[in-house]
Amino acid sequence: MFRRLPDANAAMIAVTIDGRAAQVRAGDTVAAALLSAGILASRAADVSGAPRAPYCMMGVCFECLVTVDGVGNRQGCLVPVAAGMRIETQHGRREAGR
Amino acid sequence: MSRPDRHEFDVAVIGGGLVGAAVAWGLARAGERVVVLDEGDVAFRASRGNFALVWVQGKGLGLPEYAAWSKGSSDLWADLADLLREQTGLDVAFRRPGGFHLCLSEREVENRAHMLARLHNQPAMVKYEYAMLDRARLKAMLPPVGPEVAGASYCPLDGHVNSLRLLRALHAGMQQLAAAYLADHVVERIDHLDGGFRLTTRHAEVQAGKVVLAAGNGNARLGPMVGLDVPVRPQRGQIIVTEKVAPFLDHPVVTVRQTDEGSVMIGDSVEEAGWDTTVGAGVVSAMAERAVRMFPQLGRLNVVRTWAALRVMTPDGFPIYQQSVSCPGAFVATCHSGVTLAANHALVLAPLIARGDLPAEQYGVFSARRFDVPATA
Repeated sequence: MFRRLPDANAAMIAVTIDGRAAQVRAGDTVAAALLSAGILASRAADVSGAPRAPYCMMGVCFECLVTVDGVGNRQGCLVPVAAGMRIETQHGRREAGR
Repeated sequence: MSRPDRHEFDVAVIGGGLVGAAVAWGLARAGERVVVLDEGDVAFRASRGNFALVWVQGKGLGLPEYAAWSKGSSDLWADLADLLREQTGLDVAFRRPGGFHLCLSEREVENRAHMLARLHNQPAMVKYEYAMLDRARLKAMLPPVGPEVAGASYCPLDGHVNSLRLLRALHAGMQQLAAAYLADHVVERIDHLDGGFRLTTRHAEVQAGKVVLAAGNGNARLGPMVGLDVPVRPQRGQIIVTEKVAPFLDHPVVTVRQTDEGSVMIGDSVEEAGWDTTVGAGVVSAMAERAVRMFPQLGRLNVVRTWAALRVMTPDGFPIYQQSVSCPGAFVATCHSGVTLAANHALVLAPLIARGDLPAEQYGVFSARRFDVPATA
């Protein structure tokens, strides 16, 4: 769905997405990395359960909430990827205390 | 339509918040032709800013009839929720799992126990179940409490509701019953003439046989137009709301509750700040700090909103229900517990107003004449 602009210099780094190893581009945000990996539904809505995707990509719409390194409801579009990061799509509400 | 009344409406209700909407819905159910005159978006709207408890415990010290009135409404609340769901299809999420008042020190436990003993020792106090719980018993009933919680009071009658959906359901319900709703109609003048009332707004004149003042803090301005003294003042309360999380708190606590959709609300501050609805960082941080001591798992949650709203407070904190002597047919209904008392307002008070009489033996204690006691030298 998305095609990347050519950028020969970007390094790839290793993360996990929903427990599976993945290579993502350094400098991307978590939301951009998910979209690049073809994962369009990054969460299920907390009330209706409907699939939702990153939308504004600038921290406003809160559609891209994901679990990053065990912390729920992070805004994926505001968090840069980092080596070894555990990224999980979020299904339903986060747990209090996790 | 075919009735030979002189007025277009049997009753004009001033105020479309929870008190006005509950009374208007009840009046319309009783067969009255109702018009509701509401303010516009400039209104203070306590009904959109409240904490949404249906609460019984701890209420009525100094006026045991108010304890009975609150308990009675709590007992009727399931009926109200059922009636609204049947009529409108809207679920207002009324739950009555029992509620807690948490204490963060032994001193707070002692003070709470002492206050409740005084409340329940009043001669005319209504009987209902409540208990003081030590930490062990509390922890068994409410596992998420943190290590700093020393004890609690508990009452099985306490519950909560989705108060925004309640307001919507009452409005949908009254309009289905053909009540007219006029937004942005601030009442500027009320004239008592010819056995009825003429209400003047910037946009219209409305004639009605009776009038109910249910305008919250606006009742102080409106009361004298119909010979009623309504000494209410705004009292600020602030609320914090977190992001939605999976259900973890099965019971409402007087200052912390998890909504039906998963948000956690933290609230119950009390400030005398006039009409100022500014959120104060000091108060909000003190509320958050106490809430996290009660439930440590709240500390990691994101806050999505804070706001301040204005309670409608009388000098003694109790409601006013009264018919005017000089302008019969003019009633006032005002309180700071429009959620808890919604069932009574809709199902008990409104039918009495429809008949035109608040029996003195039950409602005399809620008259504002109680404030007329001369000050002693």
